[in-house]
Amino acid sequence: MKKVSLFAALSLGVGLVALAGGAPAVAKDKVKVGFIGPLTGGVSANGLGGRNSTDLAVRLRNADPKAKYEYELVVLDDECKPNVAVQVATKMAADRSIIAAATHYCSATAIATVDVYHRFNFPVIVWGAVLPDITYRNKYAEIHRVNGTMINQNDANAELITKLGYKTAAVIHDTTDYGKGHNEYFSKAFTKLGGKILGTFGVTADQQDFTAELTQIKSLNPEVVYFGGLTPIGVRIRSQMDKLGIKAVFDGTSGIVSDAFIQGLGPLAEGALAFREGASTEKLPGGKFFMEKYNAQKYDNPPEAYGAFAFAAMNLILDTIEKVGPDRKKVIDDLSKVKDVDSIVGKITFDDHGQNTVAVITKYVVQDGKFVEWEDSEYATGKRKLPGQK
Amino acid sequence: MDGWLLAQYVMNGLMLGMVYALVAVGFTLFFGVLDIIKFSHGDVVTVGAFTALACYVGMQAAGVASPTFELIVMVVVSTLAMAFLGILIARYLVMPLRSAPALNTLLITLMLGTVLREAVRLFYPQGANPKPFPALLPKGAIDFGGFLLRLDNVIMLAAGVLVIVGLQLLLNRTKLGLAIRAVAQDEETARTMGVNFTAIVLITFAIGSGLAAVAGVMNGLYYNEINFSIGLYLGVIGFSAAIIGGLGSIYGAILGGFMFAALQTIGTVMPFASAYKDVFAFAVVIAIMAWRPTGLIQEKISERV
Repeated sequence: MKKVSLFAALSLGVGLVALAGGAPAVAKDKVKVGFIGPLTGGVSANGLGGRNSTDLAVRLRNADPKAKYEYELVVLDDECKPNVAVQVATKMAADRSIIAAATHYCSATAIATVDVYHRFNFPVIVWGAVLPDITYRNKYAEIHRVNGTMINQNDANAELITKLGYKTAAVIHDTTDYGKGHNEYFSKAFTKLGGKILGTFGVTADQQDFTAELTQIKSLNPEVVYFGGLTPIGVRIRSQMDKLGIKAVFDGTSGIVSDAFIQGLGPLAEGALAFREGASTEKLPGGKFFMEKYNAQKYDNPPEAYGAFAFAAMNLILDTIEKVGPDRKKVIDDLSKVKDVDSIVGKITFDDHGQNTVAVITKYVVQDGKFVEWEDSEYATGKRKLPGQK
Repeated sequence: MDGWLLAQYVMNGLMLGMVYALVAVGFTLFFGVLDIIKFSHGDVVTVGAFTALACYVGMQAAGVASPTFELIVMVVVSTLAMAFLGILIARYLVMPLRSAPALNTLLITLMLGTVLREAVRLFYPQGANPKPFPALLPKGAIDFGGFLLRLDNVIMLAAGVLVIVGLQLLLNRTKLGLAIRAVAQDEETARTMGVNFTAIVLITFAIGSGLAAVAGVMNGLYYNEINFSIGLYLGVIGFSAAIIGGLGSIYGAILGGFMFAALQTIGTVMPFASAYKDVFAFAVVIAIMAWRPTGLIQEKISERV
């Protein structure tokens, strides 16, 4: 024991000397950190962007003369498949030399692996998956997440429409987990702010005719029609609302933020609201800094929408290790105390489930055939008005 | 529920029923002459709707401005094109399999349906996305509060009724209709009486598929949106409607179509969640089939012994 601490002290001393001399810090302790994401398969673009962004965080830290350790990034591919994810997660978590990791873009893989991380006491920060259950199903101290969930999205949604003076809404949602989740969280958030849900209608994800549901909605006369589901039926519902003369605001989710929504509806898309977790990288607080550093590394792939979040997750891990040392238990303890920590995606505060509560949500409104960020739109300035907007 | 709201439900149901009925009539016609189930029928509806849309895009490019003229051209072109497609299907896929078990025809048309659907998805520009369908009918509407009576819906309903009445007249008042009915009743006897069997089958497929095109255009005009998968759902419903009405009976198909629409509408209004409206409608279909296996209106001469 004595020998080790002596060695540590020595190496620290040598490190300092080396630092003073400006030579490469060869004597720093090596610490391994991990990254898991989909590097192959359909969503590999996002995985590679996340990997590069994490790699960037590690490189910048290693180039920082003030860093106490030298970091090595271990990268594994979950292929966006739950079975593969469990294997690679076990492999990484079982390796005691890896202290912590930024993990998973796909919700299916993230939710499949939480038990593994918990069993091995392996601290992770999820950087891209949005399913609320990942942090909220269990209360595992090991699991954290920097990006928002559909809960944050619906909180932002309810807040905006309440601010605009709307008090009543009817909900149409598809009956998949996605649609049901949206219904649940939106209804909760809207009711909490004093809004009233006049009716809730579950529909199948490939339904064609909504006139019967919409006729009932018409008789309920809501100010807002909230839609939790994806583009194809979103297009149908919006267009059939018009057929029945329903003049309510069409309030959608991240599921309709696509060009197909606008193409399918033409001018009818105007004034539709939508919300999405995350933000375009340029709009993030540290977006400009991140892009500059990222481009300087000349990676083959762009960072994609969640690259900045992967960077922030890894940076938080590195900060924590710098602070408490390369010890999983101490890292977990310290991560649970994260509050108002600055990062390139804004402030990070973990709640008791390890979920970042100040997650970035981007609000959109369709204006002249484009999804425009709410703050930049003519609806926000009052130049144009949504139906019934006060 | 006030009266106007009820009127709105009835109107929704009638529009839905008209489209279903037009599809169901096709199923019943094919079954009548050849005793086969042609499962690609729903996808012929899709292809018909997309043909009409392509026609519209073409006319827009050519600078045609009159909506009435455009609509007439769209209906005529897509009806003729689908009639021709129907003839091709009958001649090269269905007729050669006449002596094979009925299951083969069912399978081959099921696969053809997939081919048609995927072809629309892959070859129509951005076919995987929902497409806006132009609203070409006059847009006037009378608002009764709970009920918005739209002129275009009235026109579509009237057109649908005309098509069905026309089909009835064709089947019951013309020599061609007599021949179709003769083939439907007894192929052998019809042949010995000098009826050109092949020609009659092809013509029947042309009529049924032409009706599918009309249903496709009507579907597009009603929803102002079409996508590559509308036919799948319409096919299943049209088939069910034809079955509960009684396969082989035109009136049965029409009755079945409207009945199915009514069931779906009732399913939504019922106090339990609207998500179960299809469960409700199809459960009733199962009940009716258990009660009357040959459908509500049976073929006049049943071949089953």
